[in-house]
Amino acid sequence: MPISAPGALWVVPALPLLGFLVNGALALWRPTAKTAVSVVGVGVLVLACAAAVVAVAGFAGLHPAAPLVLRYWEWMPVGDLRIDFALQLDQLSAVMVLVVTGVGALIHVFSVGYMHEDAGYARYFAYLNLFVFFMLVLVLGASFPVMFVGWEGVGLCSYLLIGYWFNEQINADAGKKAFIVNRIGDVGFLIAMFLIFRATGSLDFGPVFARAAAVFTPAGATVTAVTLFLFLGCTGKSAQIPLFTWLPDAMQGPTPVSALIHAATMVTAGVYLVARCNVLFALSPLGSATVAGVGALTALFAATIALKQWDLKRVLAYSTISQLGYMFLGVGTGAYAAGIFHLVTHAFFKALLFLGSGSVIHAMHDAYHLTHAHDDAQDMRNMGGLRRYLPWTATLMWIATLAIAGIPPLSGFFSKDEILGAAFALGTAEPVWLVYWAMGMAAALLTAFYMTRLMLYTFHGPNRTGERERAHLHEAPWVMTGPLVVLGALSLAGGVLNLPELVGGKPWLEHWLEPVTALADRMRPVVELSPVVEWTLVGGAVLVAALGMVGAVRLLRPEALVAARLAPPETGLGRLLWKKWYVDEIYDAVIVRPVQWLTREVLWKTIDVRLVDGLLVNGSATTSRALGWLGSRLQTGQVGFYVALFVVGVLVVVGAALH
Amino acid sequence: MLLGPALGVSAALFTLGVFGVLLRRNAIVIFMCVELMLNAVNLTFVALAQQLGVAGQLFVLFVMAVAAAEAAVGLAIILAIFRHRGTVDLQNINLLKG
Repeated sequence: MPISAPGALWVVPALPLLGFLVNGALALWRPTAKTAVSVVGVGVLVLACAAAVVAVAGFAGLHPAAPLVLRYWEWMPVGDLRIDFALQLDQLSAVMVLVVTGVGALIHVFSVGYMHEDAGYARYFAYLNLFVFFMLVLVLGASFPVMFVGWEGVGLCSYLLIGYWFNEQINADAGKKAFIVNRIGDVGFLIAMFLIFRATGSLDFGPVFARAAAVFTPAGATVTAVTLFLFLGCTGKSAQIPLFTWLPDAMQGPTPVSALIHAATMVTAGVYLVARCNVLFALSPLGSATVAGVGALTALFAATIALKQWDLKRVLAYSTISQLGYMFLGVGTGAYAAGIFHLVTHAFFKALLFLGSGSVIHAMHDAYHLTHAHDDAQDMRNMGGLRRYLPWTATLMWIATLAIAGIPPLSGFFSKDEILGAAFALGTAEPVWLVYWAMGMAAALLTAFYMTRLMLYTFHGPNRTGERERAHLHEAPWVMTGPLVVLGALSLAGGVLNLPELVGGKPWLEHWLEPVTALADRMRPVVELSPVVEWTLVGGAVLVAALGMVGAVRLLRPEALVAARLAPPETGLGRLLWKKWYVDEIYDAVIVRPVQWLTREVLWKTIDVRLVDGLLVNGSATTSRALGWLGSRLQTGQVGFYVALFVVGVLVVVGAALH
Repeated sequence: MLLGPALGVSAALFTLGVFGVLLRRNAIVIFMCVELMLNAVNLTFVALAQQLGVAGQLFVLFVMAVAAAEAAVGLAIILAIFRHRGTVDLQNINLLKG
């Protein structure tokens, strides 16, 4: 092997870390040096992207069947446990690294325009660089603990960036919510790691997956527990039922953050984890079915909520949850390549949608700022007709909308269709998968509907921003629209990564990922659908997408909308959806309040105040004081008494010695 | 020779000293009783030196030297107490009372 590019893999995560250190130092001492911050912040990402391309190209040139593991130092040698800080490059992490650095670089460029007026510019880029570093550690880690470092690190950066404008209570609260909800999932991840170590005696990916088939009974209790706990971690990080509630609130952060962390990269970490542990999930049919079932349910559930949200970014947030559900349906079905394919295409079109919405919000915010109005710059009821003022953004967001709705030949169509096709294929043997497939189809219908609704209300119909504000609406600068154009091209053409053989294409991504999933693929039954059935499925999917879009155009009346502050309250089913099925309220009543009651009344007032403070701390003090009082009765102050005691003592000792 | 009576006298003197220390209140008298005990011990040393060698007699010299030093310090303390409190009755000196 020549001093190969893959050998210098550490450069890829090291560059964003360097960017974090420099920008962090600038944030502390020279927060006004915005040019330097831009150069460093964006530069390290572009360089990291280039380094990643070189590394992956070098890796692909080797055609390896096994992952390339690079050990840097011994991290935790404890007894039988030996954990090295090691990075691993294989086909799966290669895909992830390219997505993270590529989409990340585009979003960094966009941020230069979006955040330029912000006082905390350097702090923002420091956090964003740090996030990319941790994300790269997550996808490149060669063992569960190294991955967990990245896993926790991205959670930290997510918290920091959601609460980036921490002066407002609502933003700080949203950050805390994300952190705490994620912590619940992390416990699952940790328990899964303990179980894996107990069973296999290792935490490195290589040995664990190699021994898995030997140490775990297929469909046994241990492996099912491992997969379910791992999946609990995924539900937290990837916002699936029941831990999805933090993601919509996470929209309080700056919009590029929503695009990078809460759409394209971090939230897909759970999908990556399931795909990474494909051997374990293949050994546990129940675990896989749970992943797929929760994914399908989340896809449908979140899509219903997205139907009635007015906040531009909240629609996209629920859309993200829904699309993540698709990815879990894919990896749960065993179609790992399809799940990862959807992850990649989703990163393209959802980042585009979020950045597009950022461009819209940027324009709206500027307009309201210049006229000193206090209306909501993110409420779609305050928008309308924006395509006249933001033609580039409108066009590009339409591309992304068509992609996410699943209109051929855009990227989203291929990836979503493959997932649904895989679920249907399993359904021919076990009917429960048909239910998942049907839920996916229903979610596809809703996806097409709510995305068309978003576009209609935002860009079409009459403008509702206000007379004075209208004059200030403008397209974003090129530094913001440039990344949008690139993402638009990727959303358009992303499908070529994995064209199905049905249309005479080459499933390139599937072939590329084969070394990673080979072990799991052998454990699963292969169901081949006849071309007729496949064409029917494709036709059905396209029909459903078209139905959703046409339905939205026919049913919705953008011209009947009024601005947010004049809008009547929602009623009936619309209110239920607008209130997000009251999930937050239910969690509040069932979990948060009982826990608060328990902590206040039992843990604090009873256990802490009465038991610990009262009985143990003050009780022991009182006891020793009482004993001391008894002892002090001996201290008469009469020297004669002391001497008498002394003599008695001597006599006793002498007497004892004589006997 | 005469070891038994000598030890008996010294035991009697020592007991006298102990009871004096225990029962008397005047610091000067107690001090004198302490001296009595020291000299009782000296007598024992001398008596036993007849049988056990000259070391006992040597020790008596040490005891006398220490007793002289102790007398100087002890009397000075008693004098200081008298100046301070106007009495040397130990009944009234009970700062150590708990």
